[in-house]
Amino acid sequence: MKRLAFLLMLLTGPALAVLPSERLADPALEARARALSLELRCQVCQNQSIDDSNAPLAADLRRLVRERLVAGDSDAGVLDYVVRRYGDYVLLRPPMREDTALLWFGPLAILIAGGIGAFVYLRRRKLTVEAALTAEEEARLKAIVERRE
Amino acid sequence: MAPELGHIALILALCVALIQSVLPLAGAQARDPALMATAKPAAYAQFFLVALAFGCLIYSFVVSDFTVENVVRNSHSAKPMLYKVSGAWGNHEGSMVLWALILALFGAAVAAFGRNLPPGLKARTLSIQAMIGVAFLAFIVFTSNPFNRVFPPPPDGQDLNPLLQDPGLAFHPPLLYLGYVGFSIVFAFAMAALIEGRVDAAWARWVRPWTLAAWSALTGGIALGSWWAYYELGWGGWWFWDPVENASFMPWLVGAALLHSAIVAEKRDALKTWTILLAILAFALSLVGTFLVRSGILTSVHAFAVDPKRGVFILAILIIAVGGSLALYAWRAPMLKAGGLFQPISREGGLVLNNLLLGTATATVFIGTLYPLFLEAIGGAKVSVGPPFFNATFVPLMVPLLIAVSFGPMMGWKRAELGAVFQRLWVALALSLGVILLTLAVDKTRHVLAALAMGLAAWLIFGALIEWAERVKLFRAPLATVWSRAVNLPRAAWGMTIAHAGLGLMVLGITGSTAWQTEVIRLVRAGDAFDVAGYSFVFKGTQRQEGPNFIATRAVFEVYKNERLYAVMTPEKRLFPAAGSTTTEASIRTNLLADLYATIGDPEGAGQPGAAGPPAFLTQAGQDVAWTARIYHNPLVPWVWLGALVMMIGAGVSLTDRRHRVGAPQRLPQAALPTAAE
Amino acid sequence: MKRLLFILPLLVFAGVAVYFGFGLTRDPSKIPSALIDKPIPEFALPEIAGTGKPALASATLKGEVALVNVFASWCAPCRIEHPIFMRLARDNAVPIYGISYKDKAEDSAKWLRELGNPYKAIGWDFEGRVAIDWGVYGVPETFVVDKAGTIRFKHVGPITPDVLNNNILPLIEELKRKS
Repeated sequence: MKRLAFLLMLLTGPALAVLPSERLADPALEARARALSLELRCQVCQNQSIDDSNAPLAADLRRLVRERLVAGDSDAGVLDYVVRRYGDYVLLRPPMREDTALLWFGPLAILIAGGIGAFVYLRRRKLTVEAALTAEEEARLKAIVERRE
Repeated sequence: MAPELGHIALILALCVALIQSVLPLAGAQARDPALMATAKPAAYAQFFLVALAFGCLIYSFVVSDFTVENVVRNSHSAKPMLYKVSGAWGNHEGSMVLWALILALFGAAVAAFGRNLPPGLKARTLSIQAMIGVAFLAFIVFTSNPFNRVFPPPPDGQDLNPLLQDPGLAFHPPLLYLGYVGFSIVFAFAMAALIEGRVDAAWARWVRPWTLAAWSALTGGIALGSWWAYYELGWGGWWFWDPVENASFMPWLVGAALLHSAIVAEKRDALKTWTILLAILAFALSLVGTFLVRSGILTSVHAFAVDPKRGVFILAILIIAVGGSLALYAWRAPMLKAGGLFQPISREGGLVLNNLLLGTATATVFIGTLYPLFLEAIGGAKVSVGPPFFNATFVPLMVPLLIAVSFGPMMGWKRAELGAVFQRLWVALALSLGVILLTLAVDKTRHVLAALAMGLAAWLIFGALIEWAERVKLFRAPLATVWSRAVNLPRAAWGMTIAHAGLGLMVLGITGSTAWQTEVIRLVRAGDAFDVAGYSFVFKGTQRQEGPNFIATRAVFEVYKNERLYAVMTPEKRLFPAAGSTTTEASIRTNLLADLYATIGDPEGAGQPGAAGPPAFLTQAGQDVAWTARIYHNPLVPWVWLGALVMMIGAGVSLTDRRHRVGAPQRLPQAALPTAAE
Repeated sequence: MKRLLFILPLLVFAGVAVYFGFGLTRDPSKIPSALIDKPIPEFALPEIAGTGKPALASATLKGEVALVNVFASWCAPCRIEHPIFMRLARDNAVPIYGISYKDKAEDSAKWLRELGNPYKAIGWDFEGRVAIDWGVYGVPETFVVDKAGTIRFKHVGPITPDVLNNNILPLIEELKRKS
């Protein structure tokens, strides 16, 4: 219950995110800022990016992102700046590392394993050729065989 | 009085469910018709008792009985009647009663309409259904009693979370539960088939209508939730890959796979063990969803209040139900006989591909949703998995699936030739290429990916239409023939065409709203004029509004198109004093091709943390100050939900196919008629 | 082999179930700090007039084991934990430094006059920028800093007697013993 009350302190209703005053005059930089904001998690609002949140901390981080961009940081540099302070937890796209290999490549592994499984299954269920040829196919098959000979 | 009556009804329902879970099953094993026959009255009684309890709960909310704790915590005397009623299931306890009610309703439906089911299968199905009922009724009675009293009763309630006071959300949970619980019937059928050791075409035919109904309800529930998020959360987004969204999305994906694999099981007697596994998984993932939402295991914006005892209880249900069913599966499934043979390139082969991709998609969502917790469990770092991850992994899986959708129905059973299929689809291909080129020509942003996605949507829609046109021999036969072929086309075929086209419409909506959204965020003062995507907005100012249980500031925008008044948009920001929270009410004007979407924020300078007194947006209403306004132009976005609606209609049409009508063959007068339809 | 394939779903589920069970024991809202065992950020904050305490900068925090507490007058949970800091200050257990977060200076000063001032020095972080460098995401937060100026522990939310006695005080003793 106490924890809930604490969380409620942090949450301030539904969002109205980016404020007009925060926006950068340079549209290219502003577009980069928006894209970066979508990659960063608002820690106090649970599964929202800082772009979507109107929590004060999200606003601070949006301002910070823009400051870093104006200072000339690269996109990766900005993300790194925030990660150094708040940890990997703020990244909505987890970094590709050893410990996230299962996350990033697990679906692919399942697709490949499933694909192999489906392939084996399909081969086993395969019709025997004689059973399924139509008259027209028979004729074509015969034509091919004759050409070979 | 009503709360006690409801409480007793719940306990009695639990007892009845206990009996129903033992006697018919024992009867089926012993081949005792009298014991098996107990299933029907028990299913009816269980439904009646849970309905009585649910009625008592709604009554307590309607009359604002503040001696009931649940009413105190989730209602208020000033709340509009609709939300008093929907408040009954807008909380953990009440929503569990709704769960149990739908479960009992479906059980009663099987009892009532399943007259042509073999008695053994029916008795076993109803027993298994009752076991699930026992689990959830016990959960309610022992951990989540909605009828607890408080003494002394407070003078008024704490009000329902204002975000939930909304018509969309009033019906979101019932539809979602219809879906979740609908899969419980499919699950029960699968278990009964495993116990009997027989899966045949008839079994698949009984399972399909339930899958269709459940999947269709789930589609509606998810779409309604997404629509609600769109208009209520105030920034024009409609899908966030939130764990709770994912929790309902996973059963939906598996349900879609099941719909398709059951066709193979029915028509070709193949993929049987796989279909059984999917039937188990669809319900297992519904349970996992329930567990994730109610145990507090994941953080989410919409999770219910957390109680660890409940988490343990649901986990126990999950382990018994899913562990038990999978153990039964491991034991019995290898004994099932493999069925029909087919070439890899065939309708069956296409449906295997469908299942492979949908299965992988489900696994992707599962891994993404639960990975943070998994990493923490093995002592790793704490990471977040959000929308960027899902967009990067899930979307690429959907592309081949969507491309395959138009091929599948064109392929014959047993064997097909890709060349011939291509020949029949070239018109769709040409039209889709045309859409891509047209999009590139018209779109000033030159968004290549979006153009390709538009082409994909066109491919789905035209593919569905061409398949239908081929079936009715459109343009190739006299109109009268076309007409009679269309009328005689099985409803299931109609349903498929409609659902696949609906999917295409949804892709259209998703593409349009993500690629070409226009956003204008600015400070506005009364009299300001500005343009959004070709519309001229004039801000007329704000005024204070009193609602039944809220106070609001309403902003007025006049919107002009070509110098003529097109719309007056009135977004609001509301304060609910009893709940102590605020909501934003977006104003949306749609012409079905695009939405104009307006929200109003705070006056300039507001938002200092911890400021005491009424919020600035109320005290400064009507004053000449600058307000934060957010206007969006969302092209094609209505089709996200209309597409879902069309898919639901498709499923509904398919459901009316006579093969799927659960009781149909029993009705003698109908059965005596010539069956020209097939 | 084929048999194994049918047992596979059960095995996968067993793994998932164990891990759900583990999940129930965790509090998902807890976020670990990225700054544990990292040096404190470089900062210099102005003083808050009317408290009689000096300003706070990173140099102040070097050379002794200390607590750093981020607070605000508008933060209700801060009020809950405040008596604990008052007691620690009275017992001279450990020096406590305050960072006033997004609060008007006069409000912070008034709040400390009312409830007592346990801090040796207070920095005024009206913009909340220094707090970001500390990785703060909600007030109150409390850090344990060692003699070398390294952050050793962080607690989010009000300090409870439990956390104080089981985590913070033993850690402080241990850090003090180390040269």
